[in-house]
Amino acid sequence: MGVEGIGASVVRKEDRRFITGKGRYVDDIKMLGMTYAHFVRSPHAHAKVKGIDSTEAMKMPGVIAVLTGQQIVDDKVGNLICGWAISSKDGSPMKMGAWPAMAPETVRFVGQAVAVVIAETKNLAKDAAEAVVVTYEELPAVPDIKAAIKPGAAQLHPEAPGNVVYDWHIGDEAAVKDAFSKAANVVTLELTNNRLVPNAMEPRAAIAHYEAAEEHYTLYTTSQNPHVARLVLSAFYNIAPENKLRVIAPDVGGGFGSKIYVYPEEMVALWASKKVDRPVKWTGDRSEAFLTDAHGRDHVSKAEMAFDKDNKILGLRVKTHANFGAYMSLFSSAVPTYLYATLLSGQYIIPAIYAEVMGVYTNTTPVDAYRGAGRPEASYLIERMMETAARQLKVDPAELRRRNFITQFPYQTPVIMAYDVGDFNASIDSAMKAIDYAGFPARKAKAKADGKLRGIGLSCYIEACGIAPSKAVGSLGAGVGLWESAEIRVNPVGTIEVLTGSHSHGQGHETTFCQIIAERLGVPISQVSIVHGDTDKVQFGMGTYGSRSLAVGGTAIVKAMEKVEAKAKKIAAHALEASESDIVIENGEFKVTGTDKSIALPMVALAAYTAHNLPDGMEPGLKETAFYDPTNFTFPAGAYICELEVDPGTGKTTFVNFVAADDFGRLINPMIVEGQVHGGLAQGIGQALLEGAVYDENAQLVTASFMDYTMPRADDLPSFKLSHTTTLCPGNPLGVKGCGEAGAIGASAAVINAITDAIGNNKLEMPATPDRVWHAIHG
Amino acid sequence: MSTVKLTVNGRAVSVDVEDRTLLVHLLRENLNLTGTHVGCDTSQCGACVVHVDGRAVKSCTMLAGQAAGSNVTTIEGLAKGDELHPMQAAFRDNHGLQCGYCTPGMIMSAVDIVHRHGGNLDEETVRHELEGNICRCTGYHNIVKSVLDAAGRMKVAQAAE
Amino acid sequence: MYETNYHRASSVDDAVAQFGKGKEAKFLAGGQTLLPVMKQRLAAPSDVIDVAKIKDMVGIDVSGDTVTIKGATTHYDVAQSDAVQKAIPALAHLASMIGDPAVRYRGTIGGSLANNDPAADYPAAVLALGATIKTNKRSLAAEDFFKGLFTTALEDGEIITAVTFPIPVKAGYAKMRHPASRFALTGVFVVKTKAGDIRVAATGASQSGVIRVPAIEQALKANWSASALDSVTISASGLLADIHGSSDYRANLVKVMGQRAVTAAG
Repeated sequence: MGVEGIGASVVRKEDRRFITGKGRYVDDIKMLGMTYAHFVRSPHAHAKVKGIDSTEAMKMPGVIAVLTGQQIVDDKVGNLICGWAISSKDGSPMKMGAWPAMAPETVRFVGQAVAVVIAETKNLAKDAAEAVVVTYEELPAVPDIKAAIKPGAAQLHPEAPGNVVYDWHIGDEAAVKDAFSKAANVVTLELTNNRLVPNAMEPRAAIAHYEAAEEHYTLYTTSQNPHVARLVLSAFYNIAPENKLRVIAPDVGGGFGSKIYVYPEEMVALWASKKVDRPVKWTGDRSEAFLTDAHGRDHVSKAEMAFDKDNKILGLRVKTHANFGAYMSLFSSAVPTYLYATLLSGQYIIPAIYAEVMGVYTNTTPVDAYRGAGRPEASYLIERMMETAARQLKVDPAELRRRNFITQFPYQTPVIMAYDVGDFNASIDSAMKAIDYAGFPARKAKAKADGKLRGIGLSCYIEACGIAPSKAVGSLGAGVGLWESAEIRVNPVGTIEVLTGSHSHGQGHETTFCQIIAERLGVPISQVSIVHGDTDKVQFGMGTYGSRSLAVGGTAIVKAMEKVEAKAKKIAAHALEASESDIVIENGEFKVTGTDKSIALPMVALAAYTAHNLPDGMEPGLKETAFYDPTNFTFPAGAYICELEVDPGTGKTTFVNFVAADDFGRLINPMIVEGQVHGGLAQGIGQALLEGAVYDENAQLVTASFMDYTMPRADDLPSFKLSHTTTLCPGNPLGVKGCGEAGAIGASAAVINAITDAIGNNKLEMPATPDRVWHAIHG
Repeated sequence: MSTVKLTVNGRAVSVDVEDRTLLVHLLRENLNLTGTHVGCDTSQCGACVVHVDGRAVKSCTMLAGQAAGSNVTTIEGLAKGDELHPMQAAFRDNHGLQCGYCTPGMIMSAVDIVHRHGGNLDEETVRHELEGNICRCTGYHNIVKSVLDAAGRMKVAQAAE
Repeated sequence: MYETNYHRASSVDDAVAQFGKGKEAKFLAGGQTLLPVMKQRLAAPSDVIDVAKIKDMVGIDVSGDTVTIKGATTHYDVAQSDAVQKAIPALAHLASMIGDPAVRYRGTIGGSLANNDPAADYPAAVLALGATIKTNKRSLAAEDFFKGLFTTALEDGEIITAVTFPIPVKAGYAKMRHPASRFALTGVFVVKTKAGDIRVAATGASQSGVIRVPAIEQALKANWSASALDSVTISASGLLADIHGSSDYRANLVKVMGQRAVTAAG
């Protein structure tokens, strides 16, 4: 490894602009003649739109236009799509209602847009939006899963009778029945996976610019995947053909899934920009984010696990209801199915699994992938189940897990996934050592003497990242391929540009990807630039989500690099009058092995572009492209252990220690990897202790700002103790697995297991607020 | 509309704005100092923190008029030319930022924390003092590390002066 | 925010005169409550009269048996004040727990009291210590000042110019923070006065705003100790309930915070 190569904790190249206030986010951009959009949104969860009167609004100062849902439908802008088709048990396709960008007839969640005001300033647009008079006829609203499936419940969409989108299943029902019939013990668990609001710190924003002379649109947007946005806007929403639509995602202030999707606001901004023939900017405020950013999770599940007399798992049966909100968001259908139920085997040998998932509509904000997406739900269920079982079976929870760990790889689970590699004993060993598991009983006794309730909780998670291969996901209903592309341009003076379809919104690609190049060529990372986030610059890409950027995007870079090296070696061999097979690359030099003859990379690059002396028949230039489609998912896994104390007087939880032992395969930049884990843990702990989106009986969002929705603060969290165990991923040349979501997937169960251990009551839902914990202690 | 005169990053400026203009919007829209961010509308997230007359305040919760006559420092005014402020350097060296959105406010608050506490900072104090700044990326682990590191650097720098 | 007219007052008299000229004017001190409300378009004052830079409105004075804090003195300045820390440490402690550091630099005692948020910290201290609220027109006893949620005895155009706190023998404040807003989910201020009275006030708990807690006062009168409250039961009736705290939980907090406040008071 070089000082800047693979395995080096290089400080980030992108940081200088952020720490000096020079980052360039969408809202920082101004265009000549720019106008401002503000949406008129429904205050009702479910209502008919009887009329929209914009007469007064149009008279107000600075107002350019008031545009409505009916107009966007009349102009044939397409309805929002869901890109993953799921079929029910009976083979019928999922039942989807139409989702227009602004509601022409019916609003189905609080905050759904019915009209937009375009004005000269943001304040004037807001002023005028209040003057738009919308007449509603209120309808009964469905606030949650329970209400949605109740007989006689209000119906959201005529296409989905009973509010059911699909009733899906996976696994072998008969085999599970058989397993339970042989069980010595059965453990049951009912739990709720709470609804979350992603809350990336940068609210969503868009600037749309239509240039009539070219019939061309430019969209600056807060996106995790600008190419996917362009594809969808072009192919499904009829905004413009791809060659007439440029999508740019500049610096993006966090995503966590919520910025994967194309939202109504971007569509409207593009459409309105042509209507008013001026650039249109929309910047969401936090209140709009709470109402319109896709929420995460929201499951209610019942699980049963069968054990034999030796405490080996025989089978698992799960029934889950998933809340989709009022409309099917872009990837929503896949989250509680292929991203959830396929991980229900956890780290364990479970011979038989059967899971049923019913997805339902409610009059709430659409729900889609949020950091972890399905996998936290699976992990939380399995890991609470293991802890519950250990207590019921009266065995040590670590011991019960070890008894059932998968130890032979590859391992085919009964729910599609084929785990390629792992060492679950190594992770749990590392975590137990870090927290001094053996010393816990003594610490608990001491805490008790001080009037505190101390608990310890484990969570051994596994996840599937880099969703692939495209052929497989296509067969499961995905509407897109899940590969990645890279282009490497070695410029005539030897500097290098790497164009990637991955998008960095905090993950540090501008550094990590450079390190891959530095490792191979031995050039300093200052000589390498990463180009991303612009459909005019990068040919195509699938973007960043599902911890896929390094395993898929990074591998595409390696593949392109191999092509660059192959050509460069030919040029070097020709220049040095040596055999191509004798050329080795060291510290930016192409050397003839065993001699002192060498030629530096810039000279090779210059030769490629001057083309004065290239091998016969070789094309000039040194630029290569690769598209990489993985052969399998990757399977990061690990063990988390949380030790905490509960104050019996207030129910307040205080962390004593939180240890995380992860196996991400090879680490390119350990500092960045650890940062990803910290952030994931904070979101997992946030879900366990603090965060929860709550709707009232009228489907009004109660937690609609940071005043009510508890975001994790610095004093809510501990410092984390991290360690790594390593099994290299055999599926990609880097041996990497992905690290972006692990913390969010594994942390919640560890926290809840620790609290329930401390208080001696297993009946506790997330978020475990002091109020809930206090009631769980005192009844 | 009123004319608001103030000093921003050492430069005297005079800006005509509506009276409802918040300081953060004067900075971002009128002075193009877009390093100061808006992350919420309830005065909680701290992405907008700047120094007004040496105190770290939320520029989204202050009318431009209230800042008239004041000395304002934003993230753009923290470094001395190419030389980063020790807090900026510490955030970079300790990976105290990811997406960078909360970072300017975080750094401005952190500088104020060190000014108030001097070198007498421990992890618990830093965590408590950061309660007005929300970060969604880092889990705060490396932010806390950065602030403690910078506190040491600032103490050394002060001693050298 | 709706458009408004900003005025910076040079004196209390000037502020009152400016207020009179506005159609629906409001006084603005630190703005840490008023501005967020205006941003949400839940308040639409025609004029805001900034009183924060009036010299007579800022400062802390300890003389004899009282601490006087002028109306536009910030929470930060109260928390940092050596004089307050010496005379009524619980009051400095309370000020140090309001909001967050940036809020404490701007927010003022007068602004907090005039707003009378049912979960604000200062009302607990004012009521428990039996403070006097001085305005440009009159002096009001704490009991007469608080009139329920977000309501006070203040009339239009009346400015809180100062608050005078009698220095007690002992006082303590303990607060369970609302996890999201960082207001008081419940905060309890306990006082033993120089006259030997016991006064206890709770904020964040009651549907009526800040309240005295007679059950705790009686128990502490008999025996000034945390354990004296072990047998006290607080009724959940009339207490606030929301997703962060049911009324029975808040009832428990009144007792537990009361005990911790006594411990803090020593």
